[in-house]
Amino acid sequence: MRYLPLEPADRQAMLGVIGAGSVHDLFVDVPAAARLSGPVAGLPMHQSEQAVERQLTKLARMNQAAGDQPFFLGAGAYRHHVPASVDHIIQRGEFLTSYTPYQPEIAQGTLQALFEFQTQVARLYGCEVANASMYDGSTACWEAIVMARRITRRGKALLSAGLHPHYVSVCTTMAKFTGDDLRTALPTLTDGAPADDGKALIEAIDGDTSCVVVQYPNILGHVTDLSEIAAAAHAKGALLIAVVTEPVALGLLKAPGEMGADIVVGEGQSLGVGLNFGGPYVGLFACADKHVRQMPGRLAGETVDAAGQRGFVLTLSTREQHIRREKATSNICTNSGLCALAFTVHMTLLGEKGLRELATLNHALAVDAAETLAKVPGVELVNGPFFNEFTLRLSKAARPVVQTMARNGVLGGVSLGRLYPGVETLEKGLVVAVTETTTTEDVAALAGALEEALA
Amino acid sequence: MTINQSGWRPEAPVQGGLEAAPTFTGNKALMLEEPLLFEIGATDRTGVDLAEAPKVKSRLAGLERNRPIGLPGLSEPEAVRHYTRLSRQNYAIDLGLFPLGSCTMKHNPRLNEKMARLPGFADLHPLTPVDGTQGALALIHLVGEWLKTLTNMPGIAMSPKAGAHGELCGLLAIRAAHEAKGDARKTILVPESAHGTNPATAAFAGYAVKGIPATEDGRVDLEALKAALTPDVAGVMITNPNTCGLFERDMIAIGEAVHAIGGYVYCDGANFNAIVGKVRPGDLGVDAMHINLHKTFSTPHGGGGPGSGPVVFSAALAPYAPLPFVEKHSGPSGDRYALVEEETVGEEGHSNAFGRMVAFHGQMGMFVRAAAYMMSHGADGLRQVSEDAVLSANYILRSLESTLDAPFAASGPCMHEAIFSDAGFAEGFSTLDVAKGLIDEGFHPMTMYFPLVVHGAMLIEPTETESKAALDQFIGALRSVAERAKSGDAALKAAPVHAPRRRLDETAAARKPVLVWKDPAPAIAAE
Repeated sequence: MRYLPLEPADRQAMLGVIGAGSVHDLFVDVPAAARLSGPVAGLPMHQSEQAVERQLTKLARMNQAAGDQPFFLGAGAYRHHVPASVDHIIQRGEFLTSYTPYQPEIAQGTLQALFEFQTQVARLYGCEVANASMYDGSTACWEAIVMARRITRRGKALLSAGLHPHYVSVCTTMAKFTGDDLRTALPTLTDGAPADDGKALIEAIDGDTSCVVVQYPNILGHVTDLSEIAAAAHAKGALLIAVVTEPVALGLLKAPGEMGADIVVGEGQSLGVGLNFGGPYVGLFACADKHVRQMPGRLAGETVDAAGQRGFVLTLSTREQHIRREKATSNICTNSGLCALAFTVHMTLLGEKGLRELATLNHALAVDAAETLAKVPGVELVNGPFFNEFTLRLSKAARPVVQTMARNGVLGGVSLGRLYPGVETLEKGLVVAVTETTTTEDVAALAGALEEALA
Repeated sequence: MTINQSGWRPEAPVQGGLEAAPTFTGNKALMLEEPLLFEIGATDRTGVDLAEAPKVKSRLAGLERNRPIGLPGLSEPEAVRHYTRLSRQNYAIDLGLFPLGSCTMKHNPRLNEKMARLPGFADLHPLTPVDGTQGALALIHLVGEWLKTLTNMPGIAMSPKAGAHGELCGLLAIRAAHEAKGDARKTILVPESAHGTNPATAAFAGYAVKGIPATEDGRVDLEALKAALTPDVAGVMITNPNTCGLFERDMIAIGEAVHAIGGYVYCDGANFNAIVGKVRPGDLGVDAMHINLHKTFSTPHGGGGPGSGPVVFSAALAPYAPLPFVEKHSGPSGDRYALVEEETVGEEGHSNAFGRMVAFHGQMGMFVRAAAYMMSHGADGLRQVSEDAVLSANYILRSLESTLDAPFAASGPCMHEAIFSDAGFAEGFSTLDVAKGLIDEGFHPMTMYFPLVVHGAMLIEPTETESKAALDQFIGALRSVAERAKSGDAALKAAPVHAPRRRLDETAAARKPVLVWKDPAPAIAAE
């Protein structure tokens, strides 16, 4: 067994030192009835590296990998090109196989990278401070709502209709147990309807409202100015939480923090991480300095060592579970360290110049694609403004169309029927994402596939 | 052509004069200093080449950024060097034994990494139509089935993102089960020795937390537990093997007592490595247990995540497992895997699912790694894993008990981790000093000051992936450092002296937090 270095002679010698006759003597505290006499039934026995590779490769080949055909899926997970050096760096054993940096003298690599990550996220989001990452965007979103409750001491949160329905689902699940009062709504596809529910949200803010949660760009790809809603929330003593599922958008778009958002959270998967069938991803979390002690999750901070040299440590841990136990700001223990590192290396390779170029390219290709697709009979573009993702209204239910196109080798987008099952008013919606990985040929293939499916 | 080295002659090094003079760079040969990205990068520099964007009419509604973001970039060679140099300031399991108790820092096989990067897994979108994800769903199902088999528990939730997230999943299932019976209970019992996540999770799930004391021999006090089992108790959170490295001998009795009042037993599975393949928690009366794939099943810790914390459930709690989950349907044309999400939750008896915990399906990348690991070891290998892990911990316990105080050594063998206290250290010397001394010896320190029930606790978990030679070297190093703490060697207070940094001032860091880089104010131009 290739992962086990002890040899029978070693085991014998060690048992001698322990003074035990057999390894079974070390399990005496386990009730006899619960001790298995042999290998667990129902599992295969050990296998060679080659045999394992063969089986897993077979399973992998049964899937429709994004790169294998024209691909337009987004809705919270985006396909971007990740430079080869990102994966090289995160596979260095010193990063990959290190632990949470609780012993800072021998973890400066991780800590300094996290400090860089925090700074990059804060600047991208237009906030003063960011933490060292969360599990993913959806869990970060719920943690932001809980944080707003702690800050405002109010329990009612208004969730925009434009918030990703799975994020809404995570929050409503949690709220069932915590007693938070969440108000939710469905987006609309009706012709001439406003791009979002900003107005309705503003009207709903009252003295019990802890926060308003908006997504930017939203689930249908709409982009709207957040300044007005931020001002309205602040006037009533509530906070504005902005959720960003596509960080590349912020290479071109004004940051939510600049427009008055108090807490900005989101998914960082677009940069460095990849699709991974939904995980692991990396949750981003930023806010104003004055709220930092109410923030969940780990934080790396600067300090000096005994010789006066600059160094970094995990700090403000008195918020965290291992110190505060039941009084902690969150139960979070693990963050998404390696994905945060991937994000940071990718962001460093891009730099501001590269990020702007990347965002410009995404936007331009998306605008071109939207124009091409809107010419297909039976297809209308719903959006006014958008970044790299937009919604099409088809002449028939989108979900079967998506399935047909997928069988014909075009992954043509995410149907609103998949995201909002059973909601008839949304069933003709198709959310299409376009990134730098999309080619003109891909767009032509999607236009052709849509034309065929809708004929 | 060869380089002319005719001016060079071999010579013996000069003896003496070995005190190190400070270097110009601050570097010490292979120990390299590295500035922050913000001190070396520039916002107009990039390490990527992108295609030129076609000219289009912007559709951003006037929301374009009009101010700089402040994100410096580096060229590719500079970026690779920057992060490579940083990496070398980290300790890692690839470099040596990592004896962190309750963290199970075992070898991370590279086959796992290779498999997780297969495009069929890594380049697969979570919302791909289900027909195009059959291999991925089959893999999630397979890992789930094997975890159920290893624990003898009939239900599973694969989506929790980490151990603490799994704890939350387990407690929410417990709440949902009570509420379904119209019996909302308010209290969770947690032993004093529990991981900090346990009480934090119970509070996050809306429960009041009540502590249970430990006995002299480091186990849950069964009588105290029984006395605390009022009708308001929803359940208990037990760690087994516990955080003192001991098996809870009364586990079955604990389960019976909790079940008798209608409560549920949550088991913190952080220490599953001690018993995987040897003991099935379902045979001990457990109702829910999370499994840290990043501990027992060798997925890398990555400097603090990503983790993965699937939860197994007893028959009583299985119906409440959250969405989404995978179901296998076998038919004449072969197996088909269905993804049960919000839309189908009402069908096929899934209407009790308590909701959704994450946007998508959980940590797929970790499932692939764990599958590769389980396939590699098999049932026989996993059994050997726990046996070797327990053997190695007992070897450390017995090799060091004459040097260090081992508070529970007399009560019998330990499981996968050995615990020592700071009793016997010279005045002014602490567990922290021993930890920092171990750094100079080239080891990551053990878990320190946890669990709280042992004074100055040192919790050591060697895992099964260390050779006897590695264990012997660690034992020798710890013995040497412990002797220095006992004899009051003042030099130990300065440790570490050979690490990239000396002891860091954590108080200063917390008093005036500097959490992001602030560009220095531009110098005022001279007139």
